[in-house]
Amino acid sequence: MNRSITHLFVLFTVLFAVLVGFTSRWTVFEAESLENQTANRRGILEEARIPRGTIFAADGTRLTRNIPRGSGKTRTYKRSYPTGNLFSHPVGYSFIDAGRAGIEKFRNRALVGKESEFGSVFQDLGVSDREGKDVRTTLDPAAQRTAVEALGGQPGSIVAMEPSTGRVRVMVSIPDFNPNEIPQRKNQLNSLEGSPLLNRATQGQSPPGSTFKVVTAAAALDSGKFTPDSVLDGASPRDVGGAPLSNAGGQSFGPITLTQALTNSVNTVWAQVGEQIGPATLLKYMQRFGFNADVPLDYPKDEIVPSGIYGEGGLVKADSGFDVGRVAIGQGGAEGQILVSSLQMAMVASAVGNGGVLMEPRLTDSIVSKDGRKEEIKPTRQSRVMSEETAGQLGEMMSQVVREGSGTAGALAGISVAGKTGTAQVENNAANQAWFIAFAPAEDPKMAVAVTVERTQGTGGEVAGPLAKQVLQQLLGDQAGG
Amino acid sequence: MIRSARIRELLGLVPVALLVTGGFTAVLLTRTESTNNVTLTYGLVFLGLCVLGHLFIRARLPDADPYLFPLAALLAAFGLVMIYRIDAELAREQAQWFVLGLAFFCGTVVLLRDIHALERYRYTIAAIGIALLMSPRIPGLGEQVNGAYLAVGVGPIQFQPAEFGKLAIIIFLASYLRDTRELLVRPPGKMTPRQWLLLVGVPVALLALLALMLQLSSTQIVLFGLFGASVIAVLRDRPSPKYFGPLLVVWGLAMLMLLFIRDLGSSLMFFGAFLALLYVATQRISLVGVGTGMFLGGATLFANSVAHVRGRIETWEDPFRPDLVEDESYQIAQSLFAQADGGLFGRGFGQSLLEVQDGPPLIPEAHTDLIYSVITNELGLFGATAVVLIYLLFVARGFKTALLAGDAFSKLLAAGLAAVVALQVFVIVGGVTKVIPLTGVTLPFVSYGGSSIVANMVLLALLLIVSNEARREPGVQRGGLV
Repeated sequence: MNRSITHLFVLFTVLFAVLVGFTSRWTVFEAESLENQTANRRGILEEARIPRGTIFAADGTRLTRNIPRGSGKTRTYKRSYPTGNLFSHPVGYSFIDAGRAGIEKFRNRALVGKESEFGSVFQDLGVSDREGKDVRTTLDPAAQRTAVEALGGQPGSIVAMEPSTGRVRVMVSIPDFNPNEIPQRKNQLNSLEGSPLLNRATQGQSPPGSTFKVVTAAAALDSGKFTPDSVLDGASPRDVGGAPLSNAGGQSFGPITLTQALTNSVNTVWAQVGEQIGPATLLKYMQRFGFNADVPLDYPKDEIVPSGIYGEGGLVKADSGFDVGRVAIGQGGAEGQILVSSLQMAMVASAVGNGGVLMEPRLTDSIVSKDGRKEEIKPTRQSRVMSEETAGQLGEMMSQVVREGSGTAGALAGISVAGKTGTAQVENNAANQAWFIAFAPAEDPKMAVAVTVERTQGTGGEVAGPLAKQVLQQLLGDQAGG
Repeated sequence: MIRSARIRELLGLVPVALLVTGGFTAVLLTRTESTNNVTLTYGLVFLGLCVLGHLFIRARLPDADPYLFPLAALLAAFGLVMIYRIDAELAREQAQWFVLGLAFFCGTVVLLRDIHALERYRYTIAAIGIALLMSPRIPGLGEQVNGAYLAVGVGPIQFQPAEFGKLAIIIFLASYLRDTRELLVRPPGKMTPRQWLLLVGVPVALLALLALMLQLSSTQIVLFGLFGASVIAVLRDRPSPKYFGPLLVVWGLAMLMLLFIRDLGSSLMFFGAFLALLYVATQRISLVGVGTGMFLGGATLFANSVAHVRGRIETWEDPFRPDLVEDESYQIAQSLFAQADGGLFGRGFGQSLLEVQDGPPLIPEAHTDLIYSVITNELGLFGATAVVLIYLLFVARGFKTALLAGDAFSKLLAAGLAAVVALQVFVIVGGVTKVIPLTGVTLPFVSYGGSSIVANMVLLALLLIVSNEARREPGVQRGGLV
């Protein structure tokens, strides 16, 4: 019998190992996904007892406050947002019952002062009371307000970022919400038409229209297949992907250069460019710009949707047979349609403005402990999208757009702007999605911007261009003033 | 003469003292508002009981295994600190239960001069065991807890008969299998080709027919195949039907428990212990295969017809299903959340968040079923692994006792008792870590509960009696006191 007793012991050792294995699964390997379960109120209850760190704007404006409730051991803190709707999407909210969103969610560990695993051992001995760290953002309240007022309640989105650092200075998505009302109104807001809880800057999925020609142009020039002076036939209509494609207003052009074709946003030319470089090259450059993946913003993953070419079952691959000519001009067909967020388009302008190098966008400037220790979030390079030479050529082409083409409404007095307009037809051509992306000053880019306005009757140049102008004016004026 | 084993036992109690002192101090430190020195006396009472137990063993069981008692005491100390941390009043009661448990421990050792006396009463013991297991369904006596019938109330006293039932069943099986193990399996004889064809052909044909008719999945075919192979192997041993009757009764009992007690966990525990003993007694893995197959088959059948059992399985499959997570699967979900919150090192003694001012407790049944989750929450993966390892050591000493025992009954009894402890740990820890569906059995020596403590102290006494006899040094006469 001794042999079988030994076998039995081996079996139980294995079973106990399974127990330890599953315990480590929950405590270590899947701990994070369990902590993120919405039914898990543990963290949020625990953390309500900690005075949360303050979120500041770049200029030191307080964006959050803590309201203490109760006293002694049972004291908890409730968040309030003194700036109301202004920063609803980037800052988000944090409430016991409603959960968290935005920077409040992404920077939660810092805001509740959570240390590393090893740090917690000593904290748990009750030596010190935990205190949250402050988060200083890159957001500019004056420019943010300018952007909100410029949109004037029209649904849409505006993002502005610094090309050389990736610092996001403006992030507006309309309709917005008042975070102070979230505990009472979250469900109602969720079901409201226009989706005020949706951050169009990171989750938006709109056709970019002709602003996407900047991506096509980058691929065309950088792959060496074209130069700004390459000449193509701009006749309209033209057969693209088996169906006739027209220029805006049916206007027909003769043989024109790519520079002229961008200035006048000639669809038939850029569709040809797209067809000639092919889907693989186009996708390669899209990926370098950050398409087809979550933008690496310091922002919750579940509030980011990748921009890219979407077919029936989500993002499509190069060999899926999408209509590359129509995608190249920012539209598409049933097999694949290009859909983007405004942050992604700001990143496109930013990469061109930064000599072809794309910087990771970010909302956090630094994290400051109560004892004054400061952790700077350093600018991080995301990718080299194109050569410096290509970026220079493309920048010059975009300057031309604002000087004499479709984007003159985005021009600033005394500062040269490089930009591109976009007007995508939506709702069966009943309305337009207006776009304008730009960077300025063109010779030494300090700021990139993307503006989009939903369901408007005007074009990108008419509707979105002037808004970009106001925001750039505010931001660059800021810089001139110090 | 003091034997070295007893010195090792006394030294083994040192970690117990350290744990009790350290644990209570840590919990007290975190309760700044109510530092109550009276509460420390529970710890002192407990340590006093340990020393008393040691002295009693020294006098009555001088040759018994020196590690079993300190290991049990260590587990109990873990439990006491945890329970004190959950509710000081419960810790006081638990300390009282230990007094009662120690009384039963001593009583068992004194009354049961010879372990073999149990064999004479095996059918009486079996009857008592079955009666105990079924008693919760007796109207007016039994009580339903969370949908399962596990408790019996007599006046103000409530107890869990299954805790005692498990002892009775193990004693019966050990003594029954000692007699019949030779008869259950006979050496395989020569078989004619026709017999072979019948033995192998018929099951294979049946399996093929089944697979075709029911369109079984590949896993089901493998399971059925294994079952078929086991049946063939058992039949090849030409078993005598006469001796299999009682074994079928045990299977029926396990099924009845499932149906009447509605508790998958205790049913699994009893049937597992039965299979373990069957294996030790016959060394035939094929018998275990047939038994497992019959249990799985029966369980699947009943699981679908008993709503309570089916519910438990559903919550096990997906505890985070939105319609379950706040209701039926609240326990398991909160258990996993608590473990995730513990991480590698845990939050420290007394730091677990168990309840909030208004709302359901964050860890329901923290002092009984889910005590392992509280341990993991406060002491992390390391603390939880330590607890599992202590159980493994305890079980190892139990099996060691079985290996050393001189006669078949003692071997089977020790192996059975060790196996049932191991299985109980597996059922409840496996339940709270989602290895198997969560059902309500206690964590031996650790969970709060009089029945559990008393029954496990008796179990410990039985193991030590067997061990004392097995390890008696040759030439040393039976202790003069006995």
